[in-house]
Amino acid sequence: MTERAYNFAYLDEQTKRMIRRAILKGLAIPGYQVPFASREMPMPYGWGTGGVQVSAAVLTPDDTLKVIDQGADDTTNAVSIRSFFQRTAGVATTTATRDATVIQTRHRIPEEPLREGQILVYQVPIPEPLRFLEPRESETRKMHSLEDYGLMHVKLYEDIARHGHIATSYAYPVKVEGRYVMDPSPIPKFDNPKLGNMAAIQLFGAGREQRIYALPPYTQVVSLDFDDHPFEPSKADHPCGMCGGTDSYLDELIVDDAGGRMFVCSDTDYCEGRQAAGHKGKDAA
Amino acid sequence: MTPLLSVQGVTKHYGPHIGCADVSFDLYPGEVMGIVGESGSGKSTLLNCMAGHLVPDSGQVVFDTRGHGPRDTVTMSEPERRMLARTDWAFVHQHARDGLRMGVSAGGNVGERLMAVGARNYADIRAKATDWLGRVEIDAARVDDRPTTFSGGMQQRLQIARNLVTGPRLVFMDEPTGGLDVSVQARLLDLLRGLVRDMGLSAIIVTHDLAVVRLLADRLMVMKSGRVVEAGLTDQVLDDPQHAYSQLLVSSVLQV
Repeated sequence: MTERAYNFAYLDEQTKRMIRRAILKGLAIPGYQVPFASREMPMPYGWGTGGVQVSAAVLTPDDTLKVIDQGADDTTNAVSIRSFFQRTAGVATTTATRDATVIQTRHRIPEEPLREGQILVYQVPIPEPLRFLEPRESETRKMHSLEDYGLMHVKLYEDIARHGHIATSYAYPVKVEGRYVMDPSPIPKFDNPKLGNMAAIQLFGAGREQRIYALPPYTQVVSLDFDDHPFEPSKADHPCGMCGGTDSYLDELIVDDAGGRMFVCSDTDYCEGRQAAGHKGKDAA
Repeated sequence: MTPLLSVQGVTKHYGPHIGCADVSFDLYPGEVMGIVGESGSGKSTLLNCMAGHLVPDSGQVVFDTRGHGPRDTVTMSEPERRMLARTDWAFVHQHARDGLRMGVSAGGNVGERLMAVGARNYADIRAKATDWLGRVEIDAARVDDRPTTFSGGMQQRLQIARNLVTGPRLVFMDEPTGGLDVSVQARLLDLLRGLVRDMGLSAIIVTHDLAVVRLLADRLMVMKSGRVVEAGLTDQVLDDPQHAYSQLLVSSVLQV
């Protein structure tokens, strides 16, 4: 069987229509989790089946696709999803954030500010921010519909009581346009401020949980906190070892058996761009 | 004087079976009402209908709200009812596990209602939680311990603290002393009596333990097969029961 045997971007047109309807509804009600009939995809749950379906529904033949996994363009998940769409949709791909029109991401928002016309698609494992506090779906839906969000602060309270500060460092809950509390997918809380007022469209797809939600451009997104323990985006307090950048989110790498470590930008495109522009960190070869 | 809670003709059927039938009474501010009866007599059904956990088939439950005067809570919208449930009402479950979040620290449990009504200052919430732990005789040092590490009596006291922290006016209690040994029961009752007096609470207590109503309740209703068979002042009903079932109930208590 050749790749031509697939419809454009793998999914059939009816499925894409169904997903687009869910996306439109999600955009109309920012932060609201829209149920959709998630399909079996040729990859395991947890590898981004939700994001892939959303990407498939929004891709057009003229699009340029970028796929990132933890900020990197060259990790397994990113490479396999990129080649999946190369084969089934034949779209152009890139690793440059500014050249991409659709960016599928796992766990990061690119460092470079996105612009109007771009779409950022998130892979979401668990879309329900209240899930670990309230296991019943019937009850969490009711809590969303009645804006009964006291429980969310109980989680933050517990963090402070146990650790002395809000220790939640990823999947940090946000409130969208003063209404829905939303799980921003497991992005580090360093990225939370970028969610709000973003020029690009943000779409969230959870395949196993069969939910799609969305943030239209320039949506107000506020991270939850206490008056006396305000939200703080955090990152490792080091410059990047490769490009010397001090304002990007860093990965910590163990480089030898003697406890040696270096910090590098998790966004590979951003880091390479800076190195090409002549910036050098202390660990650069 | 306006009754705080006025129940009129509350009826609840489970299919062909009667849960409770045609129950009416008024509860005035500061009053404690006891509901006694054997298992299956409909007391918990009645309590759940009043507290908004069950929807009665017919009848009214009119509560004197702070803002809008007497309102029927059965026909009130769900958000309004939930707001009442976490401000003016409190519900103490028989099993503390039903009323507590077992995975959340004692402080978090007490603070939840405060945060649900909009408290957003950690230090204030924590100070209030610690204060309330003291009031229910739990050591303040245990504010960060989970209720799973508490004894049964402590869990029940924690549940009471969690409910009373927002200063409710009406407390529903479903067998608050069930499953506790007698000395712990006695202390809990003593505590409850103190809190009810000090805060001027009104309460509806469902129990099959006549000692509990003797100590706490001003008035008493005896239920049998979903109906109220006798009602009156607690001492009057317990010392001079008129209905055959009330007589049986009173005479069934073991005299040690």
